[in-house]
Amino acid sequence: MSTSYAAHADDHHHHGPDPGLLRWVFTTNHKDIGTLYLWFALIMFFVGGFLAMGIRAELFKPGLQLLDPHLFNQFTTMHALIMIFGAIMPAFVGFANWLVPMMVGAPDMALPRLNNWSFWLLPFAFTLLIGTFFLPGGAPAAGWTMYPPLVLQGGANVAFMIFAVHIMGISSIMGAINIIVTILNMRAPGMTLLRMPLFVWTWLITAFLLIAAMPVLAGAVTMLLTDKFFGTSFFNAAGGGDPVMFQHVFWFFGHPEVYILILPAFGIISQIIPTFARKPLFGYESMVYATASIAFISFIVWAHHMFTVGMPLSGELFFMYTTMLIAVPTGVKVFNWIATMWRGSMTFETPMLWAIAFVVLFTIGGFSGLMLAITPVDFQYHDTYFVVAHFHYVLVTGAIFAIIGGVYYWLPKWTGHMYDETLGKWHFWISTISVNVLFFPQHFLGLAGMPRRIPDYAVQFTDWNMVSSIGGFVFGLSQLMFLYIVVQTIRGGEKVTERVWEGAHGLEWTLASPPPYHTFEEPPHVTEAEAHG
Amino acid sequence: MVAAKGGYYIPHGTKWPIMGSIGLFTLLGGFALLLNGNASADWIMIVGAVIIVAMMIGWFGTVIGESESGTYNAQVDLSFRHGMMWFIFSEVLFFAAFFGALFYARIYAVPWLAGEGAGGFATGPWLWPGFEGTWPTNGPGDVGGAFDIIPAFGIPFINTIILVSSGGTVTLAHWALKKNERGKLCWWLFATVALGLVFLALQGYEFAHAYADLNLTLGSGVYGSTFFMLTGFHGLHVTIGAIMLLVMLLRSMKGHFTPEHHFAFEAAAWYWHFVDVVWIGLFIFVYWL
Ligand code: HEM
Ligand SMILES: [Cu+2]
Repeated sequence: MSTSYAAHADDHHHHGPDPGLLRWVFTTNHKDIGTLYLWFALIMFFVGGFLAMGIRAELFKPGLQLLDPHLFNQFTTMHALIMIFGAIMPAFVGFANWLVPMMVGAPDMALPRLNNWSFWLLPFAFTLLIGTFFLPGGAPAAGWTMYPPLVLQGGANVAFMIFAVHIMGISSIMGAINIIVTILNMRAPGMTLLRMPLFVWTWLITAFLLIAAMPVLAGAVTMLLTDKFFGTSFFNAAGGGDPVMFQHVFWFFGHPEVYILILPAFGIISQIIPTFARKPLFGYESMVYATASIAFISFIVWAHHMFTVGMPLSGELFFMYTTMLIAVPTGVKVFNWIATMWRGSMTFETPMLWAIAFVVLFTIGGFSGLMLAITPVDFQYHDTYFVVAHFHYVLVTGAIFAIIGGVYYWLPKWTGHMYDETLGKWHFWISTISVNVLFFPQHFLGLAGMPRRIPDYAVQFTDWNMVSSIGGFVFGLSQLMFLYIVVQTIRGGEKVTERVWEGAHGLEWTLASPPPYHTFEEPPHVTEAEAHG
Repeated sequence: MVAAKGGYYIPHGTKWPIMGSIGLFTLLGGFALLLNGNASADWIMIVGAVIIVAMMIGWFGTVIGESESGTYNAQVDLSFRHGMMWFIFSEVLFFAAFFGALFYARIYAVPWLAGEGAGGFATGPWLWPGFEGTWPTNGPGDVGGAFDIIPAFGIPFINTIILVSSGGTVTLAHWALKKNERGKLCWWLFATVALGLVFLALQGYEFAHAYADLNLTLGSGVYGSTFFMLTGFHGLHVTIGAIMLLVMLLRSMKGHFTPEHHFAFEAAAWYWHFVDVVWIGLFIFVYWL
């Protein structure tokens, strides 16, 4: 941690950003880069959302109407890749960029140039990836999980997809290194580890997961590349390899990845709830330990995605038990959020609404996860819409709800303006109702046997699919409200105070709203009172 | 250009990262075009590679200049150290993916193909009766044709000795640096780089021999795949490490580094030790066992 903040001769004083658009290309400022990440994520959210609208339109009724099956498969594959790697992950990194330095009292991220690179790799990676739509044969269509041998039959898009994944991987690893180093090395005096806001804690652990998991994905897709173009037999049984081996390597990355997609959300929710319950977070330390144990266990559960591939019985049992174990620390978290609200003086501003909805709906996703964890019943549920319902509850009403709630919570801090509370509430209620209309029926469809990733289905599934599609269109459209509210808040609105919310704690609330371009050039001294928000 | 923030140096504005992104995009985009049969894409790749090299020279040059002019305080130094350690950790996991493939193939995939462990219900023996499932193998389909393997106690063993000794020489260089013995520092560094290059030459010879005389290629079933992926990827890392050490040698000769202040040297040395340890894993699991 910092000891020597001795005055250092400035070449010349920079108090604000450079003029002109190139500022955004060359910037090393964590707030600028956070903003870039958040805008990039929002754009990708709408691109991925457009694909989702296509999927739901095709599935509105049985038979083929809008998308031919190959294009449909491209839509599902690209929807997932864009939402996971383009929307959710960059949005969380955007939050980390904006908030971690302000929350730990640092002048910026530890490695500012590297920080610029982490972001500026992403537009190039997604140009490679999305560009495949315009290649002969179209975009990747074998699912975001890229299982061979199917994915290797993809034609011209395969190499582009693999290299896009490599570049995203570099971006994630560099970004994660920066965040971890900032947290470990840039804290202000007095900001001990166990005084850090929970958002910082969850990001510390997420960064560790990223550094450990992303290289494994890079290895997996590299083997795909050599199998397709250089004659290797990693996933070819005739040569002594095994396509199932890909699934093991992929999910060794993939399961930690789903926690990468949710731990920062846990962090955001753990900041919002205490503010509006006007009580400190219940069980702060147990939250830290629960997060750490989730991260650890997430490395030994991967084959719950592969119960039906024909593993030995011992493997099926091992992965069933470890998966169920992960529900324990997850349960600790849900318990603590509820205990924080218990007898609090609660108010229900928009961020709090999203946070409460998160707690309820994420828990539904956790429960369906537990059902899927039971090996024998997963034989029925696997590759059905039940799985689709599960991961959309944890990812949409989990990760995305936390992101949206977090934006409402910190947008006044970032812009200096209060968002329109009435519109925010409308956005919340329309989204929350429609998202359940969209995804809850998918549980029924899955249990009744509708497979995932198909453009057509048997007629008995029609009713719930129509309901689901209607929910989907409403949910999709209501996100345009979000865009409108955000832009409106940036452009103007009621001025807010430093603290913004009367119950907010933490260093970021001691700064002006919006905070100056450079903050904590002199480190604050952190007292118990301003510790963990 | 620069605005130091308190004691912690925060650079203001940088053009290197965007250049790196453009270079990487050009290089990999060109590679993808090449793989899809666009014959002139190699030019695109060359352009991309040149941009990346220029970016690295520029970026590292800037950082070295800042470091030599005393811009970095102890906390910045610590950030670099942490960053390098986590970077090496990520590389360890990159290798782990390929080691995992090797272990999975040897322990599960190949014996299962030969019918082990499925109570007589495995499909392998029906498709490929007579497949023994011993290691090394190019699979029941005899992919790539019969091949011989490289015995552990020939060149690979010599290479082990070379690489382990180079770990020793780089440590001697470090001690010399800490005692401010510039001459010894340069000589030991030179010895390290030389050992690295000898290692690479022998490895290159071994690969050529495998392709020309043993019919052991990247296409020799799962053995050839894991063998060349692991050793080739490691060889790439030795190359990178040797370049890093070479830069350190040149910098030492120019008088850079002080006994207290030499993070770049240490980073290169850490990297070299990491490459060394991976090699020992390779020697044991790829060549020997
Ligand atoms: C209590 C915690 C959880 C448990 C027990 C659990 C369990 C499972 C299981 C067993 C599957 C495989 C189902 C199948 O394919 O048959 C699955 C799929 C999935 N889960 Fe979870 N899960 C949990 C939490 C989460 C979280 C927090 C996320 C992400 C934020 C998540 C994202 C996913 C995704 C994306 C898939 C589908 C992957 C695919 O096949 O495309 N899960 N989950
Ligand atoms: Cu999982």
